[in-house]
Amino acid sequence: MTPELSAALVRLLGPGRPELGCDACFDELDRYVELELAGEDADRIVPGMRAHLRGCPACREEHDSMRALLAAEPADSEGRLP
Amino acid sequence: MTETDTRVLLDSESQAWLDDLRSGGPRRDAAVARLRELLVRAARFEIARRRPSLPHLRGGELAEIAEEAAGDATVSVLERLDDFRGASRFTTWAYKFALLEAAVKLRRRAWQGRELPLEPERWTLVPSGGPGPAESAEQGALLTAIQDGIQTALTERQRTVLVALALNGVPIDVLAERLGTTRGALYKTVHDARRTLRTHLTRAGFDLDAFEEGFE
Repeated sequence: MTPELSAALVRLLGPGRPELGCDACFDELDRYVELELAGEDADRIVPGMRAHLRGCPACREEHDSMRALLAAEPADSEGRLP
Repeated sequence: MTETDTRVLLDSESQAWLDDLRSGGPRRDAAVARLRELLVRAARFEIARRRPSLPHLRGGELAEIAEEAAGDATVSVLERLDDFRGASRFTTWAYKFALLEAAVKLRRRAWQGRELPLEPERWTLVPSGGPGPAESAEQGALLTAIQDGIQTALTERQRTVLVALALNGVPIDVLAERLGTTRGALYKTVHDARRTLRTHLTRAGFDLDAFEEGFE
């Protein structure tokens, strides 16, 4: 399957599994990204988030931005994210 | 303590933010100023990430968008302070408002003055190429069935929204604004349309699980 076709099918058919909505995604975004960066099992703790990020390009962009922003900032003296 | 209860005890820095923002007078003013500074930084970060895709916007416009996004985000954070439960650090929670505001403003600015391709008949499933010879028969049948499903199984609203977002590349915030609705409501329409389309394809005999192995 070509990348173009694969991408078109994902956009059309979505994740095909239970997912959060955009509002719930926004509510969970901060916790989810911190869990990811801490190496915890974010997908088990926040079910439906990964599927939504797969199905919603706008939320995925904001997730990626949050992750990049936190990753770019130094952790504090206790190793916590800013 | 269950997982959903974890981190209900705020870290000291987050608690200090809340205490300062809930105080009054100069202490609160100083905290609001620090918050705004933090959110300007987040908005600028988001804009810098997107800048390569925004060649038509000048530096002054981008700086203005960052300030507007940070201002709107500051208002949102202060209005929703009671919603913060300590599931993350306070600054992480606050950042997301600035990232959202900046992203939405940039998407809208990028589409400002452009006509939205909302006519359901104006779409192509695959912009170029198409299935290769080895897969052409099966994938061609799938594409035909998808096209049929879009045209016959979806409501007009579902068709308009799904085609605009999934095939014509209209950002969800831009479409929500033009249609006078919210991102959340629009995504619900997308979700329902996708489910209907999947049901249509399954009834037509397609094993979507097999196809989806190639989606990852």
